[in-house]
Amino acid sequence: MTEIPTTSAFTPERLAKVKEIIARYPEGRQKSALLPVLHLAQEQWGWLSSEVMDQVAELLSIEPIEVYEVATFYTMFHLQPVGKHVIEYCRTGPCCLMGAEGVYDHLQARLGIKTGQTTPDGLFTLKEVECLAACGWGPVFQIREKYYMNLTNEKVDSILDELSK
Amino acid sequence: MAIKILTEHSHIPGIETFDVYRKNGGYTALEKAIKTMSPEEVVEEAKKSGVRGRGGAGFPMGMKWGFLAKPEGVPRYLVCNADESEPGTFKDHYLMKTIPHLLIEGMIISSYALGANKSFIYVRGELMYVIQILEKAIAEATANGLLGNNILGSGYDLELVVQPGGGAYICGEETALLESLEGKRGNPRNKPPFPAVKGLYQSPTVVNNVESIANMAWIINHGGEAYASVGIGRSTGTKLISASGHIKKPGVYEIELGLSVEEFMNSDEYCGGIRDGHHLKALVAGGSSVPIIPAHLVYKTANGEDRLMSYESLSDGGFATGTMLGSGGFIVFDETACIVRNTWNFSRFYHHESCGQCSPCREGTGWMEKVLHRLEHGHGSMHDIDLLVDVAKKIEGNTICPLGDAAAWPVASAIRHFREEFEWHVSHPKEATLPGAVYKGAAVLA
Repeated sequence: MTEIPTTSAFTPERLAKVKEIIARYPEGRQKSALLPVLHLAQEQWGWLSSEVMDQVAELLSIEPIEVYEVATFYTMFHLQPVGKHVIEYCRTGPCCLMGAEGVYDHLQARLGIKTGQTTPDGLFTLKEVECLAACGWGPVFQIREKYYMNLTNEKVDSILDELSK
Repeated sequence: MAIKILTEHSHIPGIETFDVYRKNGGYTALEKAIKTMSPEEVVEEAKKSGVRGRGGAGFPMGMKWGFLAKPEGVPRYLVCNADESEPGTFKDHYLMKTIPHLLIEGMIISSYALGANKSFIYVRGELMYVIQILEKAIAEATANGLLGNNILGSGYDLELVVQPGGGAYICGEETALLESLEGKRGNPRNKPPFPAVKGLYQSPTVVNNVESIANMAWIINHGGEAYASVGIGRSTGTKLISASGHIKKPGVYEIELGLSVEEFMNSDEYCGGIRDGHHLKALVAGGSSVPIIPAHLVYKTANGEDRLMSYESLSDGGFATGTMLGSGGFIVFDETACIVRNTWNFSRFYHHESCGQCSPCREGTGWMEKVLHRLEHGHGSMHDIDLLVDVAKKIEGNTICPLGDAAAWPVASAIRHFREEFEWHVSHPKEATLPGAVYKGAAVLA
C-alpha cells in the first residue's frame, strides 16, 4: 500500500501548481480547479482520504462536502488505499468483442485477485472500468496515464513481469 | 484518393509539433481569419459549410453559433467537448494525439468568431497523456504569438485552458460538462435556459465537439461553400469513423459522407472486410447508443436502396429498420457475437454511467441490466423480454438528458431484430450459458 501519511501537506511543487491552476479561472470561480487539483492530490497520495479532501477544500475556499460529493461521483478517484499500480481494465462491448473477457480472466488468475482487490505485496490493484476510447486497439487497460493496447495473455504476462521488477 | 479534410497530414512524422504543422500549411487559416475577416464573416462560413455536430447529435454548428447571446459586458465562452466516452468511439482521441494543433487552430478561429477571450478544452481524465500533448501544443502556439494577448497584432486576446474530467460518461452531455467544469458533479441541467444563453458561469456559452472544431481550419482556407460541396445532401463534409469489432483493420478512418456502407466495410482502404472465415451478423453504426441493425439491413435499406454513410441514409427506415450515424462509432459483429451478452454489457455501461438524477434512468437502467443479466445467465423467462421492452419505453423521452434514450435504444433495437436469440436463452438455458455459446439460428450474410 502507498504509505504516505494522509495528514501530510501538498509538496511545495504541487502547491505552486495548485495556485497556477486556480489562476486559470475567472475571479471567484476557483471551484473549477477542483477536478484538476484532486488529480494532483491523487498523484501525490495515491488515493483521496478525507484528510486530503479537507485540505483541498481549504485550498479552494470551499466546503469539505463540496469536495466529497465530487470525489464520490467521478470514477477515477480512489477513496480507499490502492496498490502501487492500479490496473484499470476496460470491460465494455467493443473490447469484449476482441476477447477482453478471456484476457481479464487470465489477468485475475495471474495476480490471484479479483476486481477491486490489491495483491498482498501491495503492487497491483485491479479495477474494471467502462470504455476508455480505444476500441479499435482493444482489449485495453491503463495504468496511470499509460494505455496498454491490443492485449493478449502473453502481453499481459510481460507487462506484469516488467512492472514487478 | 478520397478527400481528407482532417487527416491529410496525419501520417507526416512530427506533425504533432508546431514547426512541422506550420510547414504543412498550419495556422494559415488562423492568419486569414484574424487578419482579413470579421468574426461575423467567420460565423457565416461555418453556416455555409453546413458542418454538423460530430459528437453525435448532428446539429448544424453554424446555427448553434448563431444562437449565442451577446449581452454587453458579459463574457462569452467556447468549450470544446473532448470527453469522448461513447463506446465504440475513439476518433477524437486519435485526432488530438496525432494532430493536436489542428484542434488548437480551430479553437482559436472559433473563439475569435464567437468573441470569447477564454476558452476551454474539456478532455476525459483518462486521457491524461493527451492533455499533456495539448498543453504542449498550446505552449508552442503561445510562444509563436498565436495565442495570448494581441494575437498577430489584431488586438484580439485568447487564453486556452485544458480541463481534465474525472471519469464520467455523462459529462459528454453539454450541460453536465459545464457543471463539471464548474467543479461540480456531472448532473445535466434542465433546459431552457440553453447554454447559448446561460452556460458556463451563467454566461453565454457554445459547446462543440473536437472534430467539429477541427474542421474550421479547412473551412476558412477553402470556404464554407467548398466544404458544403463535399459529402452528400445535408450530410456535408467528411467524418471520422472509429471502426472496431470483427473487421480486418480496426482504426480511425476519414470518409467523405455518402460513401456506401458496403465499400467502407469491405474496401482495403477502410475496414478491409469481416475477419477471414466469418460472416457479418450485426452493426452498431454510430456508437453504443444507436440502434443495432441485423446484417440484411446493413448494406441496403428496407427499400432496397444502397445504405450510405450519411446522417440521412443510416437513419432511413426510422427505428423500425434504420439506425443513426451518431458519433461514428462503427462496431461490427460477426456470427460469433452473442447479441444478448452484448446488450447486457451495454446496459451495464448505462447503469454505471447514469448520474442518478432522473428516476426513470436511475432505476430503469438498473432494471434493464438486472433482467438482461438473468437472461444471459440462463435464469430468464419469456416475460422478461417484454418487461425489457416496457422498461425501455418508460425511460425513453422521460429524462432531463439523452442518456435515458441512449440506454433504451440498444435494448429496444436488439429485441426488435434479434428476439429469437433472446427467446433461445430462455428456452435453452443450458446451451446458452456454455462458454462462448451463440444462437445459431440468426440470419447471417455470406
